[in-house]
Amino acid sequence: MKTNGLILSRRELIAGLASTGGLLLAGCSSNQLPPTYGNVLRMGDLLTYRAFRTLLPAQSLAREYAHREISSSPAVGNTNPGDSQQPGFNADRGLLYDRLRAGDFADWRLRVEGRVARPTSFSLADLKRMPARTQITKHTCEEGWSAIAEWTGVPLRNVLESVGIQPSARFVNYYAYDDNAEGIDMLDALHPQTILAYGMNGRDLPLAHGAPLRMRVETQLGYKSVKFLDRIVVTNEFDDLGKIGSLQNGWAWYVGI
Amino acid sequence: MAAVTLDEGQQRSTLQRSTQGHALWVRFSHWLLAASVLTLAVSGFIILMSHPRLYWGAVGNDLTPALFELPISRNYHHSGWTAPVTFYPGTGASAIVSQARTYDIFNQNGWARSLHFLAAWFMIAAALIYLAAGLIGGHLRRHLIPRARELSPRSLGQDILAHIRLPMPRAAGGPPYGPLQKLAYFGVVFLTLPLIVVTGLAMAPAVTAAYPVLLDLFGGSQSARTIHFFAFAALVLFLAVHVAMVLLTGFSRQMRAMILGG
Repeated sequence: MKTNGLILSRRELIAGLASTGGLLLAGCSSNQLPPTYGNVLRMGDLLTYRAFRTLLPAQSLAREYAHREISSSPAVGNTNPGDSQQPGFNADRGLLYDRLRAGDFADWRLRVEGRVARPTSFSLADLKRMPARTQITKHTCEEGWSAIAEWTGVPLRNVLESVGIQPSARFVNYYAYDDNAEGIDMLDALHPQTILAYGMNGRDLPLAHGAPLRMRVETQLGYKSVKFLDRIVVTNEFDDLGKIGSLQNGWAWYVGI
Repeated sequence: MAAVTLDEGQQRSTLQRSTQGHALWVRFSHWLLAASVLTLAVSGFIILMSHPRLYWGAVGNDLTPALFELPISRNYHHSGWTAPVTFYPGTGASAIVSQARTYDIFNQNGWARSLHFLAAWFMIAAALIYLAAGLIGGHLRRHLIPRARELSPRSLGQDILAHIRLPMPRAAGGPPYGPLQKLAYFGVVFLTLPLIVVTGLAMAPAVTAAYPVLLDLFGGSQSARTIHFFAFAALVLFLAVHVAMVLLTGFSRQMRAMILGG
């Protein structure tokens, strides 16, 4: 009995070690993981991503703060997609953005497409008609600073469910009016605090903070909370988003750390 | 006379009694730890340069008061903020505002952050090897944890005197260690390194979502960032003294002991 038990526990140990080893391997389903491009730093990012997904409980809520804890909020990066002096300025989309902004975003539409049953364009009014969520959360910038603000919007999960995500869907990528795009996995996309925010501190989302709509991903760093949203694409394979994504610019894709 | 002889004897036992060198696992985890800590220090400093302001509490940014600011980066010196837009009025600094930064800072965090976390994984691996082997083999109990009598004022006083007197006696490298040496190693292994790991995790949004107790433990992620910085400073101070002691007590013999074992 004792020997038998020992063998069993050894077997379990080996199985445990093997599954831990799996964390280190990019191997198996490579199109469903961020690529490393043979870069040792991206291999470290991948290890962090897989370790966090394996070790941390899924979908824990980020801390929400009291109204009196709201702080001042710097606006950094692009603060106006229509301004040619700003980082990531795109001439065509910048012009379009200016026109939409001049019309109070009445003609602005959020396209949701890709691996969905019913590709749909949402107006701001459409989104505001959906059940809203308001949360007072901390924005953590990779530079080292942070700010607490109140965000109001529609949970991304509700939008995705309303268009019918296909079972094969694995990632949600989102594109902005400046040359910027990001993506998250389905776990963060369906997180209750991941919202498409149209309100900040009790008013419409200000221009510098991403008017008319920005992403809020509260379980990752600030740069995943892309401003000035244009469209959302659901995919079943990992897409590095090319020159406007973080990976090809030397930044980690998963930044829950 | 007898008392003096006894004191000399104890000094000898403090600085010269090492004869057995370092075990293979000590050498391996030592150099793995050394390489990762150096990498963490350099990459951490580069990350700090993109925002060398430190705060206390849950939040802190350019529009809120700093605890202090380090004069280490030109990235930060600028004039480019738009006029404040007020969210919630208040008197002076209590107003909740937003200002847009009109310049692009040239931070190197893309690679520095990824390198920092890669090195952190190696540091954790080194620490786990060291702690597991040290616990199983009794190294931590026998050689690292100071005994009560070693912490007596008399014993500590003698060891301090022995460290002040130059030239220092040669040492062979390896345990047993003197009282101050034990305190320094014990402090790094059981206090500074765990503190630096936990305060680091207290800055990670996914980790604090799962374990918000980390935020309460340090009074917020900006407090954790400030403590992380001071733990780094303590580690650099330890490194300086550690290297100085290796140089002063026979560099080549000490290095041979930590590389080849004897």
